[in-house]
Amino acid sequence: MSSNHLTRRGLLQGSAALAAASPVVAQAAAIPKRNGGSAMIPVELTVNGREVHLQLDPRTSLLDTLREHLHLTGTKKGCDHGQCGACTVIVEGRRINSCLTLAVMHDGERVTTIEGLGTPDKLHPMQKAFIVHDGYQCGYCTPGQICSAVAVLDEIKAGIPSHATAELDDVAFSDAELRERMSGNICRCAAYPNIIAAMRDAAGEKVA
Amino acid sequence: MKAFTYERASTVEAAAKAAASVQGARFIAGGTNLLDLMKLQIETPTHLIDVNHLGLDRIEKTANGGLKIGALVRNTDLAADKSVRQDYAVLSRALLAGASGQLRNKATTGGNLLQRTRCPYFYDTRMPCNKRKAGSGCGAMQGMSRSLAILGVSDACIAQHPSDMAVAMRLLDAQVDTMGADGAARAIPIADFHLLPGDTPHRESALKPGEIITSVTLPKPVGGAHVYRKVRDRASYAFALVSVAAVFGKDGGARFAFGGIGAKPWRVEAADDAAKSGAKAVAEAALAGARTTHHNDFKKTLVERTLASLYRQQEARA
Repeated sequence: MSSNHLTRRGLLQGSAALAAASPVVAQAAAIPKRNGGSAMIPVELTVNGREVHLQLDPRTSLLDTLREHLHLTGTKKGCDHGQCGACTVIVEGRRINSCLTLAVMHDGERVTTIEGLGTPDKLHPMQKAFIVHDGYQCGYCTPGQICSAVAVLDEIKAGIPSHATAELDDVAFSDAELRERMSGNICRCAAYPNIIAAMRDAAGEKVA
Repeated sequence: MKAFTYERASTVEAAAKAAASVQGARFIAGGTNLLDLMKLQIETPTHLIDVNHLGLDRIEKTANGGLKIGALVRNTDLAADKSVRQDYAVLSRALLAGASGQLRNKATTGGNLLQRTRCPYFYDTRMPCNKRKAGSGCGAMQGMSRSLAILGVSDACIAQHPSDMAVAMRLLDAQVDTMGADGAARAIPIADFHLLPGDTPHRESALKPGEIITSVTLPKPVGGAHVYRKVRDRASYAFALVSVAAVFGKDGGARFAFGGIGAKPWRVEAADDAAKSGAKAVAEAALAGARTTHHNDFKKTLVERTLASLYRQQEARA
C-alpha cells in the first residue's frame, strides 16, 4: 500500500458525504410548501437496535436513508427498482426491498440491516455460512442475499407457503423451496449453488 | 422523482376526502408499483396519502359463508391465510406465483388490483403511449409486442394486465368494496372493476376520484380442484406470458380465468360451458375475438397447450 493510505472505502465515504450534503440543500429550496408547513418530515426509526431521529424529504427511500443519512453502506443499491434484491432489509421482522419504500412510511418501525445481523467479531450464523460455503464472488449482492436468507428460514419455520410448496398446508425445508424463495435476489456472479449450501448449513440441514 | 407532499391518513373517510380535494393526489399503500413509476416520472403525484394505518388489514368470514379481505392485507398474508389456503386455494396459488418474497411482503390486496401494465412502451418515456399520455400514440403495435395482450385490446392500446391475484379474484367472482369521497360505500363486481382500453386506455378502473378500495369480498367457496398455472420466461419472479386459473368440479365441469393475454383479467362464460368438451374447445371459446400481432400470436397456441396440460393433470389425479 502506498504511504498516503488512499483506500476505496475512504474515497467512497468522502464522495458519499459530498453527495449527501449538496442535494439535500438544493432540494429543500425547490420543494413547494403546503399549508405553510415544512416540506421536511420528522422520522423516527429503530435501526439495528439504535433509535434515530431524522428530518427527511418525503421522497427519501428507506434505502437512501440508510446509506446516505445513517451511513450504513452495507445495504446496497443495485437496480433501485425492486428487481435485484441488493437492497433487502428486514423491517418489523419481514424482508422488503428498501428501494421501493419511503422512510416516512416507516416512522416508528424497527429496521435490521446487514450491520445489525452481526459484526466481523461476532458473525451471524448465516454470515458465517456464506463465508464457509463461498456464497459470493464480488460481494455486491451479498448483504441483500444474507438478509433475505435469514428471513427465508423464518418464513419456512412459520409455515408460510411458496410457489414451490406442493401442498399449501405442508411447508417443509427443501432446496427447491430455497431457490424459489430467493428468486428476488439476483447474483451477477451466479453464486447460487453456494448460497443454497450456506442456507442449508445455517438452517442446520445436512449439506448436500 | 418529482416533489410531493405527504400525509398519513387515520380514517378511511379522511383519506377519501383528502384524495378528492387535492389535485394530483394519490393513495400509497405498499408502494411497490407506484414508487417504481414515480422514479421514472411515469406517475407524478403532487400529494401522497399514506393509507397503511387505516386498519384495513383483517380477513373475516362473511355472514353468507364468503370471505372479506381488507384492502391492506399483504399478499404474503393473504396467500398464507388458513381459510384462503383451504377454501380458495387458487387465490393462494396465484399470489405465490407473482413477484418475489420481498414484494409480496409489502404489496397489498387493493394495490395489486390497481397495479399498472408492464408494457415496455408504457415504461419507456421516450416512446409514445396512449395509456401514459392520452393521444400520444402507441409504440407497441409496430414494436416488440411479444408479452402484450391479445384480448380486449383496441386500436389505441394492446397493454396486458399484469396481475396474477386479480385473475384468481375474477375466477372467484370477487366484489370490490369501496368508499367514495362523499362517504358512500359501494360494491363493484370484479368483472366491471377493470376497464377495457377502448379509446381511453389511460382510464383503467371504475374508481371515481377520491374513491378508495376498502376490501375485496369473495362469495362462498367453489368446491373442486383449485389450480393456477403460470407460463413465463423463467421459473420464478417473472410476469406471465399466459396464466390459467381454474376450478375443476367432480362432475367434469370447470371454470376458467386467464392472465397474460387480456387487457384485463380475462373470463368468458362460454369457455366454462365448453369445459366438458376439453382443452381445445375451452381455448376456442376463451380466445374468441383475439387480435394478435406477429410477435404474440403464439399465445393462442400456448393457451390451448396450457389448458391441455391442466386437463391431463386432472385426469392423472382422478
